[in-house]
Amino acid sequence: MSAETQLQIRLRVNGEDVHVTFDAYKTLLEVLREDLQLTGTKHGCELGECGACTVLLDGRPVLSCLVLGVECDGREVTTVEGLARGARLDPLQEAFADLGAAQCGYCTPAMLLTAKALLERTPRPTRTEIRESLSGVLCRCTGYLQIFEAVERAAARMERTEETEP
Amino acid sequence: MMRLPRFRYVAPASIEEAVSILADHGPEAMPVAGGTDLLPNMKRRQQTPRVLVGLRRLEALRGAVQDGDGFALGAGVTLAELVELEQVRRHYPGLWQAAVQVATPHLRQMGTLGGNLCLDTRCNYYDQSYEWRKAIGFCMKKDGHICWVANSSPRCLAVSSTDTAPALIALGARVVLRGPEGEREIPLTELYENDGIHYLRKRREELLARVRLGPAGGWRSTYWKLRRRGAFDFPVLGVAVAARFAAQGVVEQARIVLGAVAMRPVEAAEAAGALAGKPLTDAVIEQAASLAFKVAKPMDNTDFTLHWRKRLSRELVTYALRELRGDDMRQTRRRLARWSLGLAA
Amino acid sequence: MSEGRFQIIGLPRRRVDGRAKVTGQTLFADDLALPRMLHCKLLRSPLAHARIVRLDVSRARSHPGVHLVLTGRDLPTRFGILPVSEDEEALCGERVRYTGDPVAAVVARDEPTALEALDRIEVDYEPLPVFTDPQDSLRQDEPRIHDYGYRGNIHKCVSLRFGEVDAGFAEADEIFEDIFFYEGSTHLPIEQHAALAALDRDGKLTLWSSTQTPHYVHRALAKVLGLPPARVRVIATPNGGGFGGKSDVFNHEIVVAKAALILGRPVKICLTREEVFYAHRGRHPVLMRFRTGVKRDGRITAMHLQTLVDGGAYGSYGVASTFYTGALQTVTYHVPRYHFQGCRVFTNKPPCGPKRGHGTPQPRFGQEIQLDKIAERLGLDPAELRLRILEKPFAVTANYMRLGTIGLAECIRRVTQACGWQDKYRKLPEGRGVGLACSSYLSGAGLPIYWNAMPHSGVQLKLDRSGGVTVFCGATEIGQGSDDVLVACVAEILGVDPLDVRAVTGDTDLTPVDLGSYSSRVTLMMGNAAIQAAQRAREVVAQAVAEHLGVPGGRLVFAQGRVFDAEDPEHGVSFQEAVCLAEAKHGTIGAVGSYTPPPAPARYKGGGVGPSPTYSYTAAVVEVEVDRTTGWITVPKVWIAHDIGRALNPTLVRGQIEGSVYMALGEALMEEQVFRRLPAKRSHAFVHKFPSMLEYKSPTSLEMPEVETILVETDDPHGPFGAKEVGQGPLLPVIPALANAVHDALGVRVDEIPITPEKILKALDDKAKGGPGRYGPRSFPEVPWPEPLIVPPPWEGGDGNATHDPRRRHAREGVQP
Repeated sequence: MSAETQLQIRLRVNGEDVHVTFDAYKTLLEVLREDLQLTGTKHGCELGECGACTVLLDGRPVLSCLVLGVECDGREVTTVEGLARGARLDPLQEAFADLGAAQCGYCTPAMLLTAKALLERTPRPTRTEIRESLSGVLCRCTGYLQIFEAVERAAARMERTEETEP
Repeated sequence: MMRLPRFRYVAPASIEEAVSILADHGPEAMPVAGGTDLLPNMKRRQQTPRVLVGLRRLEALRGAVQDGDGFALGAGVTLAELVELEQVRRHYPGLWQAAVQVATPHLRQMGTLGGNLCLDTRCNYYDQSYEWRKAIGFCMKKDGHICWVANSSPRCLAVSSTDTAPALIALGARVVLRGPEGEREIPLTELYENDGIHYLRKRREELLARVRLGPAGGWRSTYWKLRRRGAFDFPVLGVAVAARFAAQGVVEQARIVLGAVAMRPVEAAEAAGALAGKPLTDAVIEQAASLAFKVAKPMDNTDFTLHWRKRLSRELVTYALRELRGDDMRQTRRRLARWSLGLAA
Repeated sequence: MSEGRFQIIGLPRRRVDGRAKVTGQTLFADDLALPRMLHCKLLRSPLAHARIVRLDVSRARSHPGVHLVLTGRDLPTRFGILPVSEDEEALCGERVRYTGDPVAAVVARDEPTALEALDRIEVDYEPLPVFTDPQDSLRQDEPRIHDYGYRGNIHKCVSLRFGEVDAGFAEADEIFEDIFFYEGSTHLPIEQHAALAALDRDGKLTLWSSTQTPHYVHRALAKVLGLPPARVRVIATPNGGGFGGKSDVFNHEIVVAKAALILGRPVKICLTREEVFYAHRGRHPVLMRFRTGVKRDGRITAMHLQTLVDGGAYGSYGVASTFYTGALQTVTYHVPRYHFQGCRVFTNKPPCGPKRGHGTPQPRFGQEIQLDKIAERLGLDPAELRLRILEKPFAVTANYMRLGTIGLAECIRRVTQACGWQDKYRKLPEGRGVGLACSSYLSGAGLPIYWNAMPHSGVQLKLDRSGGVTVFCGATEIGQGSDDVLVACVAEILGVDPLDVRAVTGDTDLTPVDLGSYSSRVTLMMGNAAIQAAQRAREVVAQAVAEHLGVPGGRLVFAQGRVFDAEDPEHGVSFQEAVCLAEAKHGTIGAVGSYTPPPAPARYKGGGVGPSPTYSYTAAVVEVEVDRTTGWITVPKVWIAHDIGRALNPTLVRGQIEGSVYMALGEALMEEQVFRRLPAKRSHAFVHKFPSMLEYKSPTSLEMPEVETILVETDDPHGPFGAKEVGQGPLLPVIPALANAVHDALGVRVDEIPITPEKILKALDDKAKGGPGRYGPRSFPEVPWPEPLIVPPPWEGGDGNATHDPRRRHAREGVQP
């Protein structure tokens, strides 16, 4: 691979600054999975038709398969690997694991990050708001209902935690 | 993994620079904003620009401002940002309803208003991988000669699948195009051509800079979208209606625009004309819906059958007009859209 | 074991692999990367049926960055999941049979390079006539898609007659005849199939693959590559969804294995979404004709079912699928006399195979709609009709299926009560309706895919002085929670925390054979094997503890990480101490368990498909709102009651049921694996209509209705802790229940799926013109059925054997069939 077909960018990934060199044609999805070995971000179509590759880019849920790597210089990315605080899982992760929201687990990273962005904006979402927010990620296993419940439980728990942590 | 072909990326610092790069490279170069339309097409080799001109850093394309009595929206405003604008939600509900139903919440975070207005026309014979298209011997829109939708058609019949264009045309929007010689402004409806290949009447190097909306006073607007699922899917039919009402609910002026039934958004002028000077009685609505039905000419190249889509044009126009009249259409909306669009229950 | 309360079984619990799945630590096949790894892409046929006249790969071989190009010549040995239809090639040699059939493989430094090289391969094809649907294949024998099968392009054609069917129809007060069509659909797991092959430090071949059946892949690899099975290791990575779509042996698995053997470097492939549509093995499109005789009180006197099964281009599980379209009609309602005729044809489409419910959702759809029609004609409530004719627990059916517990009556009662059936059925305003349907499904296929007398599932246990327990089993985690079931069974018996049990699964080197995650067999078979192993281990530990505590072994309780005297709970040791005592007494502690299903009473040819240790039962009510002017369908709510035997982990059980409801609604309303023939005078093309996630319509979170799930526990004697299956059965009733609900809402019938708004409008148009108000198939083609195999049911003096087997008679008379 000749040098001119490669690019280097600086990214803030899960709170850490990284410099990454990659083939210039790559999308953020490929950079994360293949050049940063962050394989928690999944792919199901690479065409924006399934939502499995969702990450948070500058805090917003986007499809990493349709984000050019070159356009990510200096930006902040959160992947599923960055959700836990140290070894402590995010309340969303706890609720997903406890309530059966992850069956095969393949859409789970995308669901978690989408839900994370939702709760940042809307701490106590209605069922309809949850349904609508998650409508950009397909799941073939669960029928979604246990995912909705997990988001609701995480929201309730986060609210309680905030009450007790003034 | 579907991957992009190799390309060179340039990030101009100004709109002038962007336009001049596009002009210099000719058909080799294409602008990219949100990427949600172009990048899948590139992965399927429907488009293979050697140079991508990134627009996302251009501040001049962003922002939404009061524009005299009207409102101006930068083409680079994302659809998610657009639906956050109280101005739009309050005064141009048809546009808001169209934008909030584009694709999915994720894709709306990425896709821009300009991108949706310039959305490549779509077709089941075209929106396929290179290998699939090769298997059918390609089609006239890309790499081939024939239109498989109608073999004798001299024109490409790929479908205009933008949601925001019908809504904006109904609202009488104008667009500002920026080219090497400066800006020009045209009614949005004049941006489109009824040809699946040459569907935009703008020069390749021209950039859609912003959308201008007139004063909203006295106007009511709405957009009804038909698609299989409440997310992801492009419209198989879109109905946008805007009307200005005088006292006692008499329509002074109206526009009815159909999406996804041709290669461009289609104005049902006769149907809209039939409303002028009348209150929206059931009979008036029925007449307008019948006239709109006549101009809907869907082809067999999207989801659902064309007969059903045509049949539904009458129903969706009826829904839209009833809603403008003040009927409570929320349940119908909820069933069709699969959610309430965030409209109060 | 059944006495007293369980400690773990029956409690909603975080699954053992839950943490890994929410942290991104679960490694799926495409997440794996090895040093020096190369990438593989396949060149696929652009034609649906053609002879390969010339294949020139020289320009691809010389492309920079290319390490290897393989063609059919490199992999001549055929394979297939069923020994009776080993008709697949890893790369096509002389013939391609569907658009997408692979003809060559390139291994290169990266995917873009491999793709560039694919474009440099030259192939000349001679197009052959294309068989686009079963009618083509019935009509035209030549050219044959395969040179084996029943005849021409008919792959399999069977006729099984159980009892005096004509007499049964003669006894009937009414005879109903209906034709239904069930469109094909695909699994659409979000994870695309991927496989990585490498040589390990000893030079043995290892394949990691997103497969549901590592054992069968292991066998096939050894055979096709000519390697001793002991030199091949297959590791099933956790599947990102399977649903039956990863149960075959796939050409891409064999190709990367071959490439790794040649190159001595790791080789990976990950299919694109489009290629997953070509790998398929999904739901067979089935046309069916049901003829059913009933008495006025609803009792069935006889049933005659014919199915025409569109198999696609290869055998896959198709022979089994064909039998499955007729095997389970008898296990829900008492059918005293039954004639089943099934015919599978080859067509030039990606091969069909097993999708959730394998061959049974199609006839279930027809049967349950027909019952609705019968109830209407007889003036019976559909729930009441079903309650009257239910089959009895532990019965042997006309086709010799031996049943287990049956909680269907309770399922019907609970589900109708929950939905307010009495106030809704025929009482909702126009445009709203409710529909009921029931079903049953296997808890594991009674026979393995290849004939052998060995166990279907094996479990090994290792206990050591750490107090930790490791359980080894070949079962495959495809998201359904099999690792959790395995751990739960062991933890329950040994009285330890599930988190102290480590599961090692799906690895042919490390784990004893389990046949795989298909036919809803894992909970029952693996669970029983695990219980046996754990009981044996407990016995060994109990001996040592009994000696140490000076109490009889029978009085010891294993619970909460302790082993203690039931009569004096304070008197005991920790589980860890207990294992130390046992290790000191007996040496290293290990135990094994295995499970083999009981022999089936069906002894006739074809009776190998359908038997199961026990069957699950489900009843569902679907409510719909259908707009009369647009045909638009909304499903606000589904009520579903499932006889699970016992819920081992109710959280997971509910997930399987709701997931089944979801997948059922997708099939019922929108999913279609369909194809497009371009105008013959302009093109040879016959292509998948839309091999994409955008146009293959999988319901989103916005389409999913509310679901009320009711678990009915019948404690089946064959099940582990009484458990039966839940992964597939609950899909079955939802689809006909929806069709029946549409009828309740508008008085019209759509006798095919998907049920679309347009079909509803057509049915309404038909009604408006004075027709019956029906949309659906009208005729069933002529099929050259074979002479029936005659098997008298138990009540006609039968013993499970055929009394008249045309094949055996021919054999006796020295005539080749």
